[in-house]
Amino acid sequence: MMIDHPLLGLRDAQEFTYLGDASLIDRPDWQAKDAQDQFHDYLYLRDNPAGEHRELWFHETGDRSWLVVTRNTLTHEISKVELARDVARARGRST
Amino acid sequence: MAYSGLRIIKEALSGHKGWKPAWRDPEPKSQYDIVIVGGGGHGLATAYYLASRYQTAKVAVLEKGWIGGGNVGRNTTIVRSNYLLDGNQSFYNLSLRMWEDLEQDLNYNAMVSQRGILNLVHTDAQRDAARRRGNAMILAGDDAELLDTEGVRAMYPFLNFENARFPIKGGLLHRRGGTVRHDAVAWGYARGADRRGVDIIQNCEVTGFKIEAGKCVGVETSRGFIGAGKVGVAVAGSSSRVMEKAGLRLPIESHVLQAFVSEGLKPVIPGVITYGAGHFYCSQSDKGGLVFGGDIDMYNTYAQRGNLPVVEDVLESGISLIPALGRVRLLRSWGGIMDMSMDGSPFIDRTPIDGLYFNGGWCYGGFKATPASGLCFAHLMATDTPHDVAQAYRLDRFRCGHMIDEKGQGAQPNLH
Repeated sequence: MMIDHPLLGLRDAQEFTYLGDASLIDRPDWQAKDAQDQFHDYLYLRDNPAGEHRELWFHETGDRSWLVVTRNTLTHEISKVELARDVARARGRST
Repeated sequence: MAYSGLRIIKEALSGHKGWKPAWRDPEPKSQYDIVIVGGGGHGLATAYYLASRYQTAKVAVLEKGWIGGGNVGRNTTIVRSNYLLDGNQSFYNLSLRMWEDLEQDLNYNAMVSQRGILNLVHTDAQRDAARRRGNAMILAGDDAELLDTEGVRAMYPFLNFENARFPIKGGLLHRRGGTVRHDAVAWGYARGADRRGVDIIQNCEVTGFKIEAGKCVGVETSRGFIGAGKVGVAVAGSSSRVMEKAGLRLPIESHVLQAFVSEGLKPVIPGVITYGAGHFYCSQSDKGGLVFGGDIDMYNTYAQRGNLPVVEDVLESGISLIPALGRVRLLRSWGGIMDMSMDGSPFIDRTPIDGLYFNGGWCYGGFKATPASGLCFAHLMATDTPHDVAQAYRLDRFRCGHMIDEKGQGAQPNLH
């Protein structure tokens, strides 16, 4: 697989390590009343879809940026690559 | 029709005209006591034990494609009981004992071969870990033997003992482990279940669950609605996709594991060897092909094929352990989809929906678990209580803190 890095262009997926579903960006508020339930779902449950999947990849042997890659889990086709920082900011996170 | 040596002679003398199909191809009935979703090893074993041990009258196995076409036909055929943690030990201990009796029980030749599994160690720390694991296995009633370098050399003189970075310091030998003819497991269970009245319905995809007032009363399928007193799902690899139809999210990711087979060779590897310095395991099939595999591809996927970097990685590991592999030609490679769970251990449990039961999360260790998984799932569905050896395989164990994390990797499924 080749990942079209937003800053560096096409890079071999071997340069990256894989973390998992991009929902891991949305860390729950630890002070919420139901924080325990929220953290259980956040940490342990996954949609695990067959089809389009947004996921976190880390450019470990490159510029060490985190990316959100939209990839089809049935065909391995990659349709979109974003900097995870931009995605997190768009969702209201400070960093 | 029971199979026997006498029967083979009789058929040989009469032109093999008396053999019948090993199982029927029935039309689905409108209602069953228990419906099993998934005609793989675990689903067929569950149906077999429901019929043979728990006297459940009307059982059906629904399979989307053909039986045995999923992971039971896509693995590296290894069976073993070398686990470290309490929740796993008694389960795999039972499973290995069931493999030992399987062929007599099923009246089917599954080519169970206890040829021994050798886990190599390459450092003093690994030897300590192997000794600890071996002691744990012995305490759990399994067998283990710690070999030194010369012990390993006597068994496998062709390994790369003098590797500067990863010399072979010894190995943990599990003599009762070995291999089983994977397809024959599916076929043997299918035939055994069918002979006891189980309907095995192929080309029948489950498209939804019918849930009334919190109770599952049947399944919608590509061949119409089928009513059921209880429904058990055993579709590892596709668990999230199927259970999503019942509105459940699971602590599972799907990943692909690739496996490989070489051209047929004369007998060279009598047992199973696993490399301790890389992820590589190898045995030789009775047809002569070297069967081997390594790591999963690490990213979520439902495609039953992997990518080339892992092929390269597995072959590099293989050649660094067995230099002679460099002269062998690769014949085939394939991929199977694994339910990778959040702690690397499986589930055999009820679900929050009455009458709906779940069996999955086998990571890449489902094949060796087949007999015990079937028995425990049958026990759970027939009696509504978990089998003694499967009590730890709860679906809510992450909520209550009873994880069974053999590798201590945490909630990172691709590292288990």
